[in-house]
Amino acid sequence: MARVEDTLHDREIRQAGAIGEAGTLRDEEITVSDFTTELAERIPGVEFELEPEQEMLTVNMGPHHPATHGVLRLVVDLEGEVVKDLKPVIGYVHTGIEKSCETMQYWKVIPFVERMDYLSYFFNMQAYVGAVEKLIGLEVPRRAQWLRVLHMELNRIHSHLVWLGTSALDLGAMGVYFYCFRDRDRVLDTFEMSTGQRMHTRYFQIGGVAEDIPAGFEQKVRKTIEQLKTGIGQYEALLDKNEIFLIRTKDVGVVSRERLVELGVTGPLLRAAGDPWDLRKEGGYLAYPELEFDVPVGTVGDGYDRYRVRLTEMRESIKIIEQILDGLPEGPWIADDRKYALPPRAELSTSMESLIHHFKLVTEGFRVEPGEVYNPIESPRGELGCFVMADGSSKPARVHFREPSFVNLQALADMTIGEYVADLIQTLAMLDPILGGIDR
Amino acid sequence: MPDAPGLELILAEINREHPGAVLDTSYDREQAALIIDPSKVIEVLTWLKQTPGQEYTFLSSVHGADHFPLTPRFAVHYELLNRERYERLRVKAVIPDPGAAPTEVSVVAPGSSDAGAVDSDSGERGSSMEMPETEGRSTVLDGETLPVVPSVVELFPTADFQEREVHDFFGIVFEGHPDLRRILMPEDYVGWPQRRDFPVGGEPVIFTRDEVTNPGWWQ
Repeated sequence: MARVEDTLHDREIRQAGAIGEAGTLRDEEITVSDFTTELAERIPGVEFELEPEQEMLTVNMGPHHPATHGVLRLVVDLEGEVVKDLKPVIGYVHTGIEKSCETMQYWKVIPFVERMDYLSYFFNMQAYVGAVEKLIGLEVPRRAQWLRVLHMELNRIHSHLVWLGTSALDLGAMGVYFYCFRDRDRVLDTFEMSTGQRMHTRYFQIGGVAEDIPAGFEQKVRKTIEQLKTGIGQYEALLDKNEIFLIRTKDVGVVSRERLVELGVTGPLLRAAGDPWDLRKEGGYLAYPELEFDVPVGTVGDGYDRYRVRLTEMRESIKIIEQILDGLPEGPWIADDRKYALPPRAELSTSMESLIHHFKLVTEGFRVEPGEVYNPIESPRGELGCFVMADGSSKPARVHFREPSFVNLQALADMTIGEYVADLIQTLAMLDPILGGIDR
Repeated sequence: MPDAPGLELILAEINREHPGAVLDTSYDREQAALIIDPSKVIEVLTWLKQTPGQEYTFLSSVHGADHFPLTPRFAVHYELLNRERYERLRVKAVIPDPGAAPTEVSVVAPGSSDAGAVDSDSGERGSSMEMPETEGRSTVLDGETLPVVPSVVELFPTADFQEREVHDFFGIVFEGHPDLRRILMPEDYVGWPQRRDFPVGGEPVIFTRDEVTNPGWWQ
């Protein structure tokens, strides 16, 4: 479908008169007249005249800009190099996942929702599966809860590694990107070992997880986290002493904690501004109340704090993973309720009931009493909530995801207006938006 | 999370200040919800945000729901959160479909507005489908009658994108929204895709060989 947005949008901005009055500068006002006087001082004898039309420039960043981490288009109004107004235009990878979910049985929805935010698939699964479990009142076995937390924390490291690599790449630190992707691959190897897939694993089932972890998985994860520990130290050393990185991130993109809460921003962005808000601590879902970990917070809320918070979060995740490997409880890994969870494969050849249950579950699925549940969890980007509405049939009547990237993106204008356009790249990178999650 | 009696208290207190604002409460699967009149959204949310002892200052999520073919058809859900006590409260504005044919069958239980019907001990699950009727306002946009709900962007700036999303997918007009345009679908799109009577698929895929059979697709 052809788009008419480009012309419409530009015209709209001009008509609305938004140019030049939306933002205020934080440090010093850089106006065109200042610029001309400075030029006149530097190059004496030459007259500089700038047309009024040249003062404001509307630029499209994206949708195919490499620094927008996907297909995000930012309509930026520039006065010189200073951002005066910013409007995100999204929807380029909208695939109607929420609508498609309504046509699928409850257990068939899981692979759909995984593909929304493609870097945090375990979290998407947990948000959805947890909501359905609340709807049907199903208790998850303790071992399954611990296994879920293990995979989610590995996933958090994986997501933060991709963020660190691409953000450092945006700021010109090329090497970090390769190191991060090397370590990310190691995390994906562990996923491959336990679930059979590197990404989009469909490992969480309603009532537990699909399969127990294989023999040798513990050693594999232990080896991986040892490598990660060294790796994270290396990235820290690479970036923390990098003068360019420090200058470009410190005191850039600061928004006050109160304003962030107003804008609904959660996750590392809010924690970097000094608010220790973490649903793993507050909500206490799955095995998190039994595990010990700290919530890192920043002080200023600039790009550097966001980087530090995420780096420390990776270390905390490693701490959680170690505790899980040490104390993983024995027992079943999926609920024993045959109305909702598939029977073990071996039983199908001996038990008629199992065969019937298997057949019913696979062909029709299970029915859910009418009701609605909102299940929030802490994803790498903030509060990921899944709203599921049941109407009594075997398909959900509505699946909605409160995507943290989608909500956090609203804060981008507050972060960038009044700053240089070069800092916009940095701020966007530290915001960590995933367009698959924003557009769904 | 406020339990069923706590919800009744909230209902009574809000209705004392704004008569008829809260129509019903539901406490189901440990999820607390107030069912409210859509025209009183701002009053109720302001009360919940600013009254000492309530202070639901964080709006987690705004989403729409379509109960087709039941009536009232639409609902806009506001997921409120008190961060100090970690209490969540869902506020549901139930909206009838102004574009519906008048012959539509109503399945609303006649006594569902009875406040005493919600009892957490009786094990009776309050169905989301049994909601009291409200008189919603409507507006006409491009020849289509759409329901109207007041926007809460001034109260909760986070609702900006989320209300645009609800508008985009359900065709609910948020009155007072500063920039109510489609957000995820193309701006020239026709129809409200998340409505239950909107078919899945049917979007023609354009190839070079289809150009003749898809006349005017570039417009």
